[in-house]
Amino acid sequence: MSTERQKSGKTLDRRQFIASVMKTACGVGLLGLGLGLYSQGATSLPAWAIRPPGALPEDDFNGACIRCGLCVRDCPFDMLHLAKLGEEVPTGTPYFIAREAGCEMCEDIPCVSACPTNALDHALTDIREADMGLAVLIDQESCIAFQGLRCEVCFNVCPVRGEAITLDMQHNARSGKHARFVPVVHSEHCTGCGKCEEACILDVAAIKVLPRHLAKGQLGAHYRLGWEQKREAGGALVTPDAEHRYNLPEGMEYEHGGRGLIPEVVPGQPASPVPDNPLDVLNRKGAL
Amino acid sequence: MNAFPGRTARAEQGWFKAHKWLLLRRASQLGILVLFLAGPLAGIWIVTGNLSASMTLEVLPLTDPLLLAQSMLSGAWPVMSGLIGALIVLVFYALVGGRVFCAWVCPVNLVTDLAAWLGRRLDIRASGRIPRDARYWLLGLVLLFPLATGVIAWEYLNPVSIAHRGLIFGMGWGWTLLLAVLLYDLFVVRRGWCGHLCPVGAFYGLIGVKPAVRVAAAGRERCDDCMDCFAICPEPQVIKPALKGAAQGIGPLIADMHCTNCGRCIDVCGKNVFGFTLAYRRAGLGLSEPVGDGASAVAATRHPVSSQPGG
Ligand code: SF4
Ligand code: SF4
Ligand code: SF4
Ligand code: SF4
Repeated sequence: MSTERQKSGKTLDRRQFIASVMKTACGVGLLGLGLGLYSQGATSLPAWAIRPPGALPEDDFNGACIRCGLCVRDCPFDMLHLAKLGEEVPTGTPYFIAREAGCEMCEDIPCVSACPTNALDHALTDIREADMGLAVLIDQESCIAFQGLRCEVCFNVCPVRGEAITLDMQHNARSGKHARFVPVVHSEHCTGCGKCEEACILDVAAIKVLPRHLAKGQLGAHYRLGWEQKREAGGALVTPDAEHRYNLPEGMEYEHGGRGLIPEVVPGQPASPVPDNPLDVLNRKGAL
Repeated sequence: MNAFPGRTARAEQGWFKAHKWLLLRRASQLGILVLFLAGPLAGIWIVTGNLSASMTLEVLPLTDPLLLAQSMLSGAWPVMSGLIGALIVLVFYALVGGRVFCAWVCPVNLVTDLAAWLGRRLDIRASGRIPRDARYWLLGLVLLFPLATGVIAWEYLNPVSIAHRGLIFGMGWGWTLLLAVLLYDLFVVRRGWCGHLCPVGAFYGLIGVKPAVRVAAAGRERCDDCMDCFAICPEPQVIKPALKGAAQGIGPLIADMHCTNCGRCIDVCGKNVFGFTLAYRRAGLGLSEPVGDGASAVAATRHPVSSQPGG
C-alpha cells in the first residue's frame, strides 16, 4: 500500500518535473526568439556612425566587442562615444560622428591598444592603414570648389594630405577663363578619419565619410581597361600598332581636329593650290 | 513574512550591529561606482572602462569572464590583457564566492534589494512562481547566441552591464530595464530577477562553488525560529540545510553556491547564529567558532552596542 503510494508519488513527481522543465524550456525558447529577433534589428550600424580605427568588419565587431568603453577612455581627443540603449547604434558599442569630431589618427593608436578583445584589431599598427570608412565629396552642387571658388579646406586638414585628397585643376566653363580646384578623394589612401567632413565650411558638409561598402562601386570582374593592359604589357596585346591609312583623293589628307579633308602639305610646295595672291590666279595661263 | 526582519537584532544589539554587513556592502557597491565615476566626473582616473572590462591605474586589467567567453564564442580571440583580466576575476570569485559579485559589486542588486525592501514594507506579495534554475537555461541561451549568430545578443538586454555602463557612460533608455526589473521583483516574482533569472549571477555562482569564504550557522542551537534570516535572504532556500540540518548530520556551513555572501542573515539574527567563516576553519565542517560575528557575539555581550543611535 505504502509502496504503491510511493510509486504513484514518484511518477507524479517525475511528471511534474518534466512538465516544469518543459515550461521553463518553452519560456526560455520564447525569450531567445524575442532576443534573437530584436538583436537582428539592433545590430545594424547607421551610416553616420563610424567605428574606431582597426574595428573588425561590422558583423564580427558585434560579436567581439564586449562594450567596455576602454577605447573611449583611452582616446586622448575624447571623440569616441559608447552607444546608449535606445540609440540607433548597437547598444554599448563605440562609434564617432565625423561631423562632430573626427579621428585625429594618433601615431600610437591608443584606442586599439586599450581594446581587450581584438574587436579593434591589434594587427593595425600603422594608423595610415586604418579603414574606418571612405570620404566622398557627395554634394558637388553645394561644394564651393565646384563653383570655382577657392576653398580646399578639406584638402588642407586631411592627415594624409596630398594622397588621400588631391586637388584636380579643371577649366571653369562658367567664367571661361578661370580654373576650378576640385578635391578628389583616393580610396586607397583615405582612412575615413572624418577630419575633412568635420572641417567642411558648409552648413552641412558636402564631403562625408561613408562606410566603404556604401561609398565604393565595383567594376565588373570581366572588365579589362585596354590602356591599362597595354601599359602593363608594354605594348598592344590584340593587334600590332599600325597606322591607319585612308583611301583619299590624291593630294588630300584628313585632319582629325575638325577641319576634315584638306589638301596635303608637300614640303617645298605651297600648302594650297589656291595661291595667297588672287592676282596669281587671274594671271594663270588658261584662266578666264 | 516579517515586514521588519532584524527588529529584534536592532533592539538588542543596536542599529549598526544589525546593519553592519549591509553598510559594508553598500559601501563596496557605491565605492566601486565612485572609482569608475571619479574619472569622468572629477578627472581622477583610477579605473577606466566598466564592469565588462576595466583597467585600474593602468596596470590591473579586469575582464568579465562571461562576456569574454561570449566574445570568444563569436570567433574573436582576445589580447593578453583581456585574458589575464578574466583570469584574475575568475580566481578572485572562486576564492571569495562567485555570487559575492552579486552582493558586493553588481549595481542591479541595489534595485532588486530595493524591490525586496518595498515588498516587505508595503506587504506586497509577489506570488508568481518560476523555477530557480531558469537562470541556467538563460545562461545557456546567452552562450548559445554568439556561437550561433556571431553577435553578443545578450548585451542588448543585460541589465547588469546596461546599468553599470549607463551610470558611467550615459544611461539612455537603460533605466527602463531597471524599472522593469524592479516592478518584476515587486509584483510578479519575489526576488524574481537575481534569484531566478539572471544568467550573470548564475555564471558567477558556478565559478565560485567551493569558495574560501562562507557564512555558517555556527550558533544554530541558539536559533529561536524567528524566521528573520529567511525573510531577508535573497536565496532563502540556502539557509535551511545549514540552520536546521543538525538532526540529519548536515554541517552548519551554508554550502549552497547560490548564497551571495551578503551577510544579511548575520545582521538580522538577534541570536548571533551566523557568521563568516574561512575555509581552513571548516575542516570536516566541524567548525567551532566562525570569524566575524560569531566571535564578536561574545564581545557584544561584554560591550553592548545597543546605546548606538537607532538601537
Ligand atoms: S586614433 Fe586617436 S583620435 Fe583616433 S579614435 Fe583612436 S585614439 Fe581617438
Ligand atoms: S575597447 Fe574594444 S571591446 Fe571595449 S568597447 Fe572598445 S572596441 Fe569594444
Ligand atoms: S576621411 Fe578625409 S581627412 Fe580623413 S583621410 Fe580621408 S580624405 Fe583625408
Ligand atoms: S543575480 Fe545578476 S543582477 Fe542580481 S546581483 Fe547577481 S549579477 Fe547582479
